[in-house]
Amino acid sequence: MRSLLRWETALVLLLVVVALTGQISTNGAFLDGGNLFYLGLDIGEIALIALPLTLVIVAGEIDLSVASVLGLSSALVGWLWNAGWPLETILPVVVVGGAVCGAVNGLLVTRLGLPSLAVTIGTLALYRGLALVVLGDTAVADFPASYTSFGTTPVPGTNLPYPIALAAVLAVLFGIALHASSFGRSVYAIGANEEGARFSGIRVKRIKLILFVLAGAVAAVAGIVYTFRFSSARADNGVGLELAVVAAVLLGGVSIFGGRGSLFGVLAGVLLLGGLRNLLILRDTSTEVLTIVTGLLLLVSVLAPSITRSLRKATT
Amino acid sequence: MNTRLVLALVVSGAVALTACGGTTKDSSSRQTGGATNAAKADPNAPLKEGLKITFLPKQVNNPYFTVAQKGAEQAGTALKAEVKATGPSDAAASSQVTYINTAAQQKQNALVISANDANAVAPALKSARSQGVKVVTFDSDAAPDARDVFINQARSNDIAAGQVKLISDAVGGSGEIAILSATPNATNQNAWIEVMKTELAKPEYAGLKLVETAYGNDDDQTSFQKTQGLLQAHPNLKGIISPTTVGVAAAARYLSSSEYKGKVQLTGLGTPNQMRKFVQDGTVKSFALWDPSKLGYLATYAAAALASGQITGAEGEKFKAGDLGDYPIGAKGEVVLGPPQVFDAGNIDKFDF
Repeated sequence: MRSLLRWETALVLLLVVVALTGQISTNGAFLDGGNLFYLGLDIGEIALIALPLTLVIVAGEIDLSVASVLGLSSALVGWLWNAGWPLETILPVVVVGGAVCGAVNGLLVTRLGLPSLAVTIGTLALYRGLALVVLGDTAVADFPASYTSFGTTPVPGTNLPYPIALAAVLAVLFGIALHASSFGRSVYAIGANEEGARFSGIRVKRIKLILFVLAGAVAAVAGIVYTFRFSSARADNGVGLELAVVAAVLLGGVSIFGGRGSLFGVLAGVLLLGGLRNLLILRDTSTEVLTIVTGLLLLVSVLAPSITRSLRKATT
Repeated sequence: MNTRLVLALVVSGAVALTACGGTTKDSSSRQTGGATNAAKADPNAPLKEGLKITFLPKQVNNPYFTVAQKGAEQAGTALKAEVKATGPSDAAASSQVTYINTAAQQKQNALVISANDANAVAPALKSARSQGVKVVTFDSDAAPDARDVFINQARSNDIAAGQVKLISDAVGGSGEIAILSATPNATNQNAWIEVMKTELAKPEYAGLKLVETAYGNDDDQTSFQKTQGLLQAHPNLKGIISPTTVGVAAAARYLSSSEYKGKVQLTGLGTPNQMRKFVQDGTVKSFALWDPSKLGYLATYAAAALASGQITGAEGEKFKAGDLGDYPIGAKGEVVLGPPQVFDAGNIDKFDF
């Protein structure tokens, strides 16, 4: 009975319902290989950023600057490319740049003791502003096809988009880090009771700093993916994406107050939001309905996990 | 975890890669060749009925595109085609891609799109075309090798020459005039200003004298103040041309509240809803813009002609666009709607965008 009431179980059931109704209502077009490929492309960046953000939120913090780091990274890729740098150098440099952005967030939160919500709302504007300084309102688009084809072709022999393959590899690494290592136990401990964690000898500030650095670095990777997928480096790439990522993480059952949640639930949340959106568009649902449904799902995502939790308490 | 070691490795790796060279802007060969059209056009092919056409504006609930959509739906009814309008609620560079992929997935016959970003939509459009979807861009083009045909709203020359004609008529053929432009480096604005100067050199405009070109940066407040500045600097100014929707509205607002109302003439490129009250109160006699509904109508006919095999998008081909008549395809697959629509007190109430 207990496992039946877990939010993750509910998410998987919801996924099955969406998949089945989708498959029936579109005469098989929804679970078609081509459509699954497109669905994968659409959720690639969200899936990537959701991984480190899950750890950040489990630790009781938040990072709203991730989409701006994505935009800044995209702008940097374009700027360095225009300056004649080779892509093989640009990519690692941009990822390091993302890590630096994350480190700035992390240092402001841990060293100055500022709330991460306030810090990252500030850097959300700051990093986007820097992106505009770097590239202005121009777009850089002359990337070689050998790179941009990662965004338009699947892994040979499958319908798997490259960004999802990358996210899957990172998901395993983040899964191990969060669920099968002492580092992960510390992250939960910090989120559940920061004081207690500190008194148990956990290096709270150091771990939080690492989490922000990871969020920045992965957001930069997502920025690179985004740039090649649309073969377009622009400063305004990914505006507002942070809300989609936070929505997916919360829908995945991670508590906004920290200490609770699983990476599996988050991946199911990403898939559910992306799948539902894809299905509604495929069925020609109007944009207004789409926005309303996404909003309602967000509300459900905040309410439902706590409801299932109290139900579980009641049954034990 | 030794952070310093990792950092050192990454940096040294990056430096090593730089030393070996790699994929740079100069080394990468670019494929800019236009689309190859293997199929041959059959000008006599009948227009197919029951075609499925997706109409994808930059953004839904945008009045300009709602009018264009009405034109597209009108053409759809005439063609017995199923025209479906869809699109994102924001005009971000990449937000149309999902809808392009969906159109390919739904096996639509054609896609009529106004691109938010010429390059960001290109990979998805190419992929859709490879799956048999014909692509027509209108209003804002995508990269030329990513679409079959582009419906251009008006030629630069027609726009600029039309503006000079309107101001000349308004001021009675003689006097000092000024231009209120957008930004000093806006490509289309500068192209128009050049054509205007060439036009003004013609004998029929000998009485007109261009005294200043001011830049309002497409900002309402700046344009408002620049208008004020123009009038103070040139007491004999008779007319202003503002070929930007922001500029013309700001200039009209200034003139209508000043002593110059009705004495200094104004024309430009503006939308009827924005300019209606200034036409009604006599500040502006006439101004111009293209009619978006005709744009949507023509684009839908082009899509049907492509999907029926009448045209392939090659230069020199022709197709019939219902009530609008025959249209030839120009260089780079471009079709021009025609001279801009002029709006004045007599017809402005027929337009709502």
